[in-house]
Amino acid sequence: MAIWFRHLITDWFTIRQPALKNQPFVIAAPDHGRMLITAVSTVAQTQGLETGMTLADARAIVPGLQVFDDRPELAQQLLLGLGKWTIRYTPSAAVDLPDGLLLDVTGCAHLWGGEAPYLQEIIARLNAFGYKVGAAMADTIGAAWAIARYGKTGAVIDSDEQTAAILSLPPAALRLEMPVLLLLQKLGLHQVSSFAAMPRSALRRRFGPALLNRLDQAVGREEEMILPIEVIPPYQERLPCLEPILTATGIEIALQRLLEALCKRLQQEGKGFRTAVLKAYRVDGKVEEVSIGTNRASHNEVHLFRLFEDKLRYIEPALGIELFILEATKADDVAAAQETLWTSGCKMDSISFAELVDRLTNKIGANAIRRYLPEQHYWPERSFKPAAYLQEKTATAWRNEKPRPMQLLPVPEPIEVSAPIPDYPPMLFRYQGKLHRIKKADGPERIEREWWLDEGLHRDYYAVEDEAGQRYWLFRSGHYDEDNYRWFIHGFFA
Amino acid sequence: MLSEKSEIIAQLKKDMLLLQGCRPPSAATVNVNLGAVNGAFPNAVFPTGAIHEFQSNAIESTAATGGFIAGLLSTLMQQGGVCVWISTARTLFPPALKYFGIEPDQVLFVDLQRKKEVLWTMEEALKCEGISAVIGELNDIDFTTSRRLQLAVEKSRVTGFIIRQHPRDNNAIAAAARWKISPLPSQLNNGMPGIGAPRWTVALTKVRNGQPGSWQLEWLDGRFNTITAEVVLQPLIAERKIG
Repeated sequence: MAIWFRHLITDWFTIRQPALKNQPFVIAAPDHGRMLITAVSTVAQTQGLETGMTLADARAIVPGLQVFDDRPELAQQLLLGLGKWTIRYTPSAAVDLPDGLLLDVTGCAHLWGGEAPYLQEIIARLNAFGYKVGAAMADTIGAAWAIARYGKTGAVIDSDEQTAAILSLPPAALRLEMPVLLLLQKLGLHQVSSFAAMPRSALRRRFGPALLNRLDQAVGREEEMILPIEVIPPYQERLPCLEPILTATGIEIALQRLLEALCKRLQQEGKGFRTAVLKAYRVDGKVEEVSIGTNRASHNEVHLFRLFEDKLRYIEPALGIELFILEATKADDVAAAQETLWTSGCKMDSISFAELVDRLTNKIGANAIRRYLPEQHYWPERSFKPAAYLQEKTATAWRNEKPRPMQLLPVPEPIEVSAPIPDYPPMLFRYQGKLHRIKKADGPERIEREWWLDEGLHRDYYAVEDEAGQRYWLFRSGHYDEDNYRWFIHGFFA
Repeated sequence: MLSEKSEIIAQLKKDMLLLQGCRPPSAATVNVNLGAVNGAFPNAVFPTGAIHEFQSNAIESTAATGGFIAGLLSTLMQQGGVCVWISTARTLFPPALKYFGIEPDQVLFVDLQRKKEVLWTMEEALKCEGISAVIGELNDIDFTTSRRLQLAVEKSRVTGFIIRQHPRDNNAIAAAARWKISPLPSQLNNGMPGIGAPRWTVALTKVRNGQPGSWQLEWLDGRFNTITAEVVLQPLIAERKIG
């Protein structure tokens, strides 16, 4: 199906500024030192203005003509926006520069009760926005394009009728280049029918391969693809609504239906959701979306519904939602779950635990949830690292040869210490105003700073116990005999 | 006649325990070996599938509490179980858990900003059947909220630990027991210098249907050892509320 916007840019200006509706105005852009008209409003067109005129001529014809500057990207932006809007009618829509849209409506029209009502609906909606459009539906892109622009608008060409339908149209309907069109006109070939029956070799010799190519595309002898605005993901479900949905219950039912359908499909293919997006197309043209992620591929409807449930309140239905799309943006193979009969406990890789983590992640964010793996560093702050994913394993084992404190201060805090002899543990230290007399001590354990990572002094760690039995992890940074050594407290043993 | 009476009383006590939601130990219950401390609990079994409250007023005692809980977890987390550790300002050093026989990568740490989130996460985790234990670090928790957690564990049989650091108010919460762990001077055998295995004074100030008391425990060779035989089987007067 092809849609042609007769006055795309000027219609857009009129929508933006309703006062312009009954006034002639043009859009102009500089070209070779003069201003050329690139778009003409409906009123201006009736007064004899055309695109391609110089602005000076136009001003002579219509005094008091309003002129707006052209922006080169404007048409594409507008078409892209309109193309996204049409996704509610078909998943596959494409921009056809400079002034059209192409929709692949295979298998979509029955939802609107047939092809003709479907086409009328789209035309009516676009007209209601303020765009004058021509639209037609045909088997081939070429034929639909031709009839939308040069035939009767709203025409639905039946299957295999496209050849007959384009015969009476002018050659320009075949999307030909200007030189070819001029040549055809010069030879008096004013309709497609006048040359369609000519021998192909003669046509190629006289007009080049482009003419034959376009002709073949229009009648369906050659295949032509459209480039969709949004690539249709392989796992997607759509739910158009008869009446706009306004309530939370309605949204929940819609989500449930979509999940049911998509989960069933994923299950058959042995896949599961990793990330999913629910898009709600609103009546006013806005799209609301919420997304979820899972830590492990899942096609469990109940679980996925619970994940979405928390986020559904972010969907603002406004005047109503007319289409829901659920999409598995990332799907992974589901490892066949092995039934564990003898162990009832949860493991890191069991499904119920992964589902718990999903719920936590969706509510409080992935940054808050950490799992640690050992890293091969002696430096305490670097001795572990966060795991990248839930089931990650490492070859290195956790070290256990030296005692490590249960509580570790994020930053070591300086303490006042009196130590009797060099390289002996301190006799007493003062931390947060409290004096601790040391009764027992172990150490020193020297941990060198990794000079390839950062610079500074090494640390000599002592595990000490005061008279109350409280155990601390202290260190002296630097050598005793140097002037710049300092004592710190770093942790608390169990 | 007398023996009959005592039998009836024993039977009635058992029935009362059942009515109070304290299930008799089944074969599936993990038996946590706490030595003499076990005697303080109903049926002389450490109550799993319940909430335990720990109070600490200093970071040294928090460290001791962490060590004691890690010792409990090493039994609870057997066969590759997982536990969730939820806190707002965590200073726990994961590699230290290895000393108590826990693989630190089997612990999921959840670091949050607000108390409300901690409670939500804790409840959600406690509802997940099969998790070995859930540990939450909180300052204060009111009775109603703790009741929610209690209801969650009654259904899922997950063991929950609440560590209350510097509690502003000593209010009662719905928990099976209230513990206070404080460090105790360690000792190496045959009088060698240096620091020995961690020792704590383990005080059970409240036990549901049990007998509070105070014990001295040591974590040695992967299990708890009771240090002295003298067990103080009396409620601590200081813990009683006046009025």
